Amino acid sequence: MTCCAPGVEAAADMASEDAGADDDLLRAASRNLGDGKFQLELAVPDVHCATCITGIEGALGTLGMVDNARVNLSTKRVRITYHSEDGTHPAQLLDTLKRAGHRAFLLDNAFDDRSDETMRQLLRALAVSGFAAGNIMLFSVSIWSGADEVTRTLFHWISALIAIPAVGYAGRPFFTSAIGALRTRHLNMDVPIALAVTLALILSVFETAIGGQDAYFDASVSLLFFLLIGRTLDHMMRERARGAVKNLSRLSPRNAVRHMPDGTRQVIPISEIAPGMLIVVAAGERLPVDGLVVSGNSELDCSLVTGESAPELARHGTEFLAGTLNLSGAITIEATHPADESFLARMISLMEAAEGARAGYRRIADRAADIYAPAVHILALVTLIGWIVLSGDWHVSVLNAMAVLIITCPCALALAVPMVHMVASGRLFENGIMVKDSAALERLAAVTHVVFDKTGTLTEGRPRVQRQIFGDPELASRAAALAQLSAHPFSRALVSAFAAESLTVSETREVPGSGLEAVIDGEVWRLGRADWCHADKNNVSGSSQVWLSRGDKAVAAFALADQPRGDAATTIAELGHLGVGVTLLSGDQRGAVDELAARLGISAAESNLKPQDKMDGIRALQAAGHKVLMVGDGINDAPALRLADVSLAPSSAADVGRSAADFVFVRDNLSAVTFAISMARRADRAVKQNFGLAVLYNAVAVPLAVAGFVTPLIAALAMSSSSILVTLNALRLRLGRNTPAGAVEHARVHEPHYVPEPAE
Amino acid sequence: MDGLLVLIPVALFLGALGLGAFLWSLRSGQFEDLDGAAHRILTDEDEGPLPDRKPSGKK
Repeated sequence: MTCCAPGVEAAADMASEDAGADDDLLRAASRNLGDGKFQLELAVPDVHCATCITGIEGALGTLGMVDNARVNLSTKRVRITYHSEDGTHPAQLLDTLKRAGHRAFLLDNAFDDRSDETMRQLLRALAVSGFAAGNIMLFSVSIWSGADEVTRTLFHWISALIAIPAVGYAGRPFFTSAIGALRTRHLNMDVPIALAVTLALILSVFETAIGGQDAYFDASVSLLFFLLIGRTLDHMMRERARGAVKNLSRLSPRNAVRHMPDGTRQVIPISEIAPGMLIVVAAGERLPVDGLVVSGNSELDCSLVTGESAPELARHGTEFLAGTLNLSGAITIEATHPADESFLARMISLMEAAEGARAGYRRIADRAADIYAPAVHILALVTLIGWIVLSGDWHVSVLNAMAVLIITCPCALALAVPMVHMVASGRLFENGIMVKDSAALERLAAVTHVVFDKTGTLTEGRPRVQRQIFGDPELASRAAALAQLSAHPFSRALVSAFAAESLTVSETREVPGSGLEAVIDGEVWRLGRADWCHADKNNVSGSSQVWLSRGDKAVAAFALADQPRGDAATTIAELGHLGVGVTLLSGDQRGAVDELAARLGISAAESNLKPQDKMDGIRALQAAGHKVLMVGDGINDAPALRLADVSLAPSSAADVGRSAADFVFVRDNLSAVTFAISMARRADRAVKQNFGLAVLYNAVAVPLAVAGFVTPLIAALAMSSSSILVTLNALRLRLGRNTPAGAVEHARVHEPHYVPEPAE
Repeated sequence: MDGLLVLIPVALFLGALGLGAFLWSLRSGQFEDLDGAAHRILTDEDEGPLPDRKPSGKK
C-alpha cells in the first residue's frame, strides 16, 4: 500500500474548515522575525511517517516565499519561515499543503514557549544532577570501601564542590514549589524534599569541615536526580497530550459577511454583529450568531448544538442557534442576539459557573503530604530532643535527627504518584486517549456512573445508509454515482455505502435544500428529497430518506440514519461488568433516543433535554452520591462536561466541548470509555500499592534512623531501592491489552477520500 | 595516591565534557523532535543542520 498518496486525502470538508483562514489571518498568526521574514506554525495532525515529512517539506520548499519548512513529527506541527512582501499570499501555504494531501490548521498561540521552556529547564536540571550524582557516587564508593582519613576528607571536599552548585541549580524546581506552598501556609511533598536536601547538604559541609566520618552528599544529589526523572517524564507526557489536543482545535471564524441595506456585502468582525443585521452564511460554514432565516434554501445540521441528528430544513422565519452548520446552500439570517449573548456565549458562561465537583477535589499526593510532612518533621524533632536528653551530645543528636529526615525524605512517596500517572497516561495516549490533566485520572478511577450524550457520542454523528426501502437494488450504484457530485452528508453516505457505476453526466446542478439533478442519456435524473423526486406520499415515512427519480417518476429510495458506533453495545455491556451505571441524556427527539437506548440496552434514557436539563440530571446523580463521568461532544454538552466529576469528549466534538473535557479520545470506537476507566482504576491501585511500599519501607528504616544506626551507605541503598521498587510497580501498568484500534487508526488516515471533480 | 591527583581531574573533566555536550545539543534543538529524528533517517537526501534558533533565544 502506498503511504500518503498525495491529493487523495484532501477531503471535501476542507473548504468549511479553512474558510476563514485568509492572508490577513495567517499574517496575524505569524511571528515577525524582522527583515520582512515571518515564522508560522501550523498543525498537521495526519503526519506519521517519513514520506509525510518529505512530502510536506518538499511541497512547501517549491514555493518561492518559503525560506525553510521543518516538520516536527512529535508535536505534529510544521514550522515555516517565509518572507512576505506585498503581493505574496500566505494563504498559498495552506493551499499547497492541501494539494499535497495534508490537512493543516492554524493554531491559537502557537508560539507560547512557556511550557517548552519549563521542559528545557527540567532537562538541564536533570543533566546537571545526573552528572553530579554520578561523580559524587564515585567518591562515595571509595569512601565506603575504606578510604583513609586524609583521602576521605579530600574526597568529601571534592564532593562538596560538586554538590553545592549542583543542588543550587538542579533543586530549583523543588525549592520554588516548596516556598510557594509555605507562602500560602500549606505543606506539599516538596517541603520535606527541599528541607531534607538542604539540611543534608549543610550538615555534610559541616562534617567535612570538622573532618568527620559521615557526609550525605551522595544521598542529597541522587535524591534530586531520581525526583527530577519522575518530574521530567511527567511533564513530557502531559505536554504531549496537551499539544495533541491543541492540534485539534480549529481557529474559529472571527469575521462574518454582512449584507448591507444597499445590497453590498461587507466583512465585519463577529463581535460587531448587532441584532437586526443581515448575515450571509455560505454552505459549509457555521452560524456566527443566533438568527432567523430570511432567505435562501438549505438544510442545517444542528447535531452539535441541540443533539438533533436529522438535518433541519431552513425555512423563512425559523430560528437557528449559533454554531449550527449550514449544509447545502447559502442563506441569509437576521441576527437576533449580539455575539456576546449568542447560544455559544451563554453555554460558556454556564460552563464557567459549573465548576462544582472539581474545585473541592484535592489530589491524592497532596492529601498524603498533609499527613506525611508534619509526621516527618515531628519525628525528626522528637529524635533530636530524645538524643539530647539521653546522651547530652549535640553533635550526635543533630546527626541522628538529620538521618531521620534523609531516610524519611519522601523519595518513594514523591515518585509514587507521578510515575504511575506517567505510565498510565502513556498507555492511554497510545490508545488514542489524551489526558489533559493527571488529576482527572484520580477522579476517573472513582467513577460510579456514566452519562452519555447521544448524537456524535454513542452514534457516529453522521448519517449512514440503513437499507434501500424502495426500487430496484441495481439502481443503488446509479444513486452513488450521482451522489459523488455532491458534498451533502447524505450523498457522502450513499457513496460510502454503494459502489458507484461510471457514468457520463451532463448539466448537473445542485438545488440547495432539495437535491441534485443531472442528465444521463437524455433523461433527467434527480437525487434528493422525497417531494422533489416525485415520491408517492404514502411511501414517505418519518426517518431521513433520499429518493432517486428518473424523468418524473420515483424509482428508488434509501433510508438513512445516524448509526451507533460499532462497539457501542459492547461498551455499554462492559460498563455494566465494571459496576458502572449508564444514563443517556439527549437533546434529540424522543423516538430516536428511545430506539437507540433499547438497541444498546440502556434503561435510563431522557430525551428533548436542554443544556440546563442535562446539568440537572448530573446534579441529581451527584446528590444521590454518584461520581459521574460525562461523555459528550456538543456545544450543548459543554456545561454538563464541566459540571460532572470527570468528562470525556471525542475529537470530533465542538471546540468548546473539547476544551471543557478532561480527556479527549481521537479514535472512532467507544471502547475508549471502558479502557480509560479500567486504566484509571489500575493506576489508582498502583498508586495505593506504592504508598503501601513507601510506608513499609519507612516502618523498617525509620526505627533504625531514630536509633542512630543509619550510615550514609545504608541511607543511599535504602532510598535508591525504594525508588526503583515504586518505579517498577508503576511499569506494571504497561502490561495488558490495548484497545483493538491501532490498525483502524492507521487505516482511517490512509483511507482515500473522494475528491469531487468540478461539474461540467 | 599521586595517580589520584591526575585521575580525579581527568574523570571530572570528561564528565563535564559529556554534560556540556548534552546541554549544547539541548540548546541547538536536537531534543525537540525525537520521533521525527527516528523517521528522518529513512529519507535519502542529506540534510543540513537545523536552522538558526535565534528568534526564540533572544527574548
